[in-house]
Amino acid sequence: MKASHSYWQLFCAVYCKDLTLAFRQRAEIVNPLLFFLIVITLFPLAIGPEPALLSRMAPGIIWVAALLSTMLGLDKVFRDDFNDGSLEQLIASSYPLPLSVLAKVLAHWTITGLPMVLMAPVFALLMNLDTQLLTATLLTLLIGTPLLSFIGAIGAALTVALQKGGILMSLLVLPLYIPVLIFATSAIDTSSMSLAYGGQLAILGAMLAVAAVMAPLAISSALKVSVS
Amino acid sequence: MWKWLHPYAKAERAYQLCNTLLPYFTVFTVVCLVVGWVWGLAYAPADYQQKDSYRIIFIHVPSAILSMGAYSSMAIAAIVALVWQLRNAELAVVAIAPVGAAMTVIALVTGAAWGKPMWGAWWVWDARLTSELILLFLYLGVLSLYHAFEDKKSAGKAACILAIVGVINLPIIHFSVEWWNTLHQGATITKFDTSAIDPSMLWPLLINIVAFAGFVGVVTLIRLKNEILQREKHRPWVRDLVSRG
Repeated sequence: MKASHSYWQLFCAVYCKDLTLAFRQRAEIVNPLLFFLIVITLFPLAIGPEPALLSRMAPGIIWVAALLSTMLGLDKVFRDDFNDGSLEQLIASSYPLPLSVLAKVLAHWTITGLPMVLMAPVFALLMNLDTQLLTATLLTLLIGTPLLSFIGAIGAALTVALQKGGILMSLLVLPLYIPVLIFATSAIDTSSMSLAYGGQLAILGAMLAVAAVMAPLAISSALKVSVS
Repeated sequence: MWKWLHPYAKAERAYQLCNTLLPYFTVFTVVCLVVGWVWGLAYAPADYQQKDSYRIIFIHVPSAILSMGAYSSMAIAAIVALVWQLRNAELAVVAIAPVGAAMTVIALVTGAAWGKPMWGAWWVWDARLTSELILLFLYLGVLSLYHAFEDKKSAGKAACILAIVGVINLPIIHFSVEWWNTLHQGATITKFDTSAIDPSMLWPLLINIVAFAGFVGVVTLIRLKNEILQREKHRPWVRDLVSRG
């Protein structure tokens, strides 16, 4: 097949297709958010409602909840396309696979990561965070959640051909999330001490830049293995 | 070099190479292990502060070093397998992974056994302990991914990709954990400086490290032989081998 569309058009087509599909089944967008909210609700119930304790633990809780709810949506990124065969078409097409993979990962972030960032002020209220900490939480979520999508999609691509890939995927991906968790929570911690946390954000940004370049390649080769 | 390596892409030649190498590795490992352990556990002088309980380093340090060494050799094999599409390298990845995981477990267990009398706790959230634990998770991830696939051909490739992703992440994890620890708690555990250790303890330690490396080699060779036989069981040369007994 001759490439008759520009790469940009392909990117937009894949991205819009995934978004349209997600908006037709709104549960896909709402469920991870609800899960995020419920996990956060569980913590005050489990450790006690003292405001000081909560605001001390808030960064960790919010970030662990974010990790877990990203995992929920990950299985869906390639699963439906794998089942209906459109993934095979993307691989067989004359367009570079990493490009369509990039579009799909960004679509996943738009569906699961972005709503989490937007809802973060509400969660911050629940966890008794002040504005200063809220800004830090928002910024780390904004840089960190796409990173989670990129790393997680590698695991999703590796396990897409397996019948029960979900749990295995979390086992593969969660250890790789540790650096993101460490830097994100430490940025929020640092801001709670009124110190500059630009360094942590810069490292998160650097990791995002590396992941945005490398992860699509890894995902593509993983998809080729899974589909073959 | 390619001309020299190329024959070993064939499973049969690789199997024969394993057979040739195995006796040398076995003799070397047994000799080194016996010398290293007897010297280290019986003859090396006791530490002036930790008394005899320091002797666990003769097992702990080699296994910790080899746990990381095995991961890097696994990742190198994975890169070779993916770049040059060598199936034997894939099998090597699968052969090394459980050995490395076992080394990691040994390092963690002996470390805990040493930590209890020295630090008063089985486990401390120290940077090195944490990254060793994460290393174990990465090994287990590669193993469980490999065993989850029905088709062993794609299983090998998927495990290779994961091993490479892991090796890129390993330094990031290591440094982030180190950084996390130093940020939260000031207390750090004194590092072993090789120059700060007395030669009477250093030599048995070095011999033990070499012995453990040989041990990893022996077990990997045996596992690689088995993997090759299992993967190639429909081939005539394997049938000949079996019928000859």
